[in-house]
Amino acid sequence: MISVRDLRVSYGGGREILHGITFDVQRGETLVILGGSGSGKSTLLRTLVGLEKPTSGEVWIRGKNFAAISEEERDEIRKHLGMSFQGGALFGSMTVGENVALPLREHTKLEESTVEIMVRLKLDQVGLSGFEDFLPSQLSGGMKKRAAVARALAMDPEILFFDEPSAGLDPIIAAGIDQLILELKKAYHMTIIVVTHELASAYLIADRMVLINKGDVVAMGTVQEMQNSKHPKVRQFLDRVPEPAVAQELDYLQMLTEPSTKSGEGRQGKSR
Amino acid sequence: MEAVQQIGEKVLGGLSYLGSLTMLAGRSAYFTFIGPFHGKPVRIQRAVSQAMEAGVRALPILSLITFFIGMILALQAAYELRRFGAMSYVASAVALSMTRELGPLITAVIVIGRSGSAFAAEIGTMKVTEEIDALETMAINPVSFLVAPKFVAMILMLPCLTIWANFMGILGGSLFGIWQADFTFTRYITASLDALYLRDVITGLIKSVMFGVTITAVGCQEGFNTGGGAEQVGRSTTKAVVVSIFLVILVDLVFTMLFFFLGSD
Repeated sequence: MISVRDLRVSYGGGREILHGITFDVQRGETLVILGGSGSGKSTLLRTLVGLEKPTSGEVWIRGKNFAAISEEERDEIRKHLGMSFQGGALFGSMTVGENVALPLREHTKLEESTVEIMVRLKLDQVGLSGFEDFLPSQLSGGMKKRAAVARALAMDPEILFFDEPSAGLDPIIAAGIDQLILELKKAYHMTIIVVTHELASAYLIADRMVLINKGDVVAMGTVQEMQNSKHPKVRQFLDRVPEPAVAQELDYLQMLTEPSTKSGEGRQGKSR
Repeated sequence: MEAVQQIGEKVLGGLSYLGSLTMLAGRSAYFTFIGPFHGKPVRIQRAVSQAMEAGVRALPILSLITFFIGMILALQAAYELRRFGAMSYVASAVALSMTRELGPLITAVIVIGRSGSAFAAEIGTMKVTEEIDALETMAINPVSFLVAPKFVAMILMLPCLTIWANFMGILGGSLFGIWQADFTFTRYITASLDALYLRDVITGLIKSVMFGVTITAVGCQEGFNTGGGAEQVGRSTTKAVVVSIFLVILVDLVFTMLFFFLGSD
């Protein structure tokens, strides 16, 4: 379904965030991308949906290399993707209903009455029926996330992306979002990719997990395989062992961007 | 040597900024005029609501300010004309300076304060809250969705507002004319109209269209340039206002020179 090959991403100034990521996502599976703050997991997600341009490597989605196609082709593929952003990213000037209706109104020629029915259906799916006419600012954090999921579902996507679905939510609301993801998975056999650092949530929803550290894939496998892993970085992450204290901000930045492989170190040296 | 290098860098930076503004305006023009032929209709509804906000809602404050400006112009003109006993020229002095210069300029400044800053704040906030990213992942082009309707609204509304500003300015001048220079209202208006050539009004309106393009381009560009964080939104809003005023004056100078030399033939 999705195939990532040797993906490298740099931000301005030559700071490389991802140092050659490779993995595959099967149709209908839920892949959780785990990683600490600054590990590059959010950059990875943004690259998968085409918000960041890779410096090299390939992202294959629906049989096309997302990194090397025209804007039109990319938009065509994007109509089959849904993305739920960390803060919801609902349009503040539109009601919840208009938010969900937006992709339908933009990309389909459906009758207005049909759009309204679709909106009601999608909001019902995420447990927000009756909230069509509310503004995003009138919703709580958890409801915003649900509304964002409803909008991501509007075009019946094949692949659904979640950026930190439980960030900023209390454990009960966060569990509700996990439940929602599980329901979507069961009901539609959607391919779901979730970026998170919440272990409890990851164990619950994941078919497979990928652990990203400093821009490299450290380990990949089922929940069981990860829990049994002896890899020191996996153990550190799963057992919540803190990093040794970092003296200076600059060292911290260096630590985040420095690749953990030998070959990477050479490249980092040259770019400076 | 270092100074030269710094000046060079500033100039290059300015040119690339102008380039990015032109690009934004160009892409908006593409979505407005060529997009419809590729099955991407113009968002008329959004353009209308922008025109409402930027145009119609600006009318009360614009009327009041340009009325006062008209009075001020009349007073300033009378200060000099009084010495020559030429108070009857107040009407033409006000009419000419309003339509040729101050009508378009004051309108532009008010629109910068109301709408240019709002564009930067709106797009900047959307950038910070990932709404721009959300548009992109929904395969909706942010320029087509957000910027093009603003250009359409501003290009239509600025000349309309300018005509209204000219009228209100002349009205303000007439108050002084009637009070101090022995005009009747009808005679004042007739004197103003006699002093004006169509060319005066048209050059003012051409300038106002260019101001509209400038304000929209700067406001939206600053919005897109907003970095992470809420305080950045404030910064880009301020920058949008300052840069817009500067560029509007620059555009004004260029076009006034252009009209001056074209008119002298």
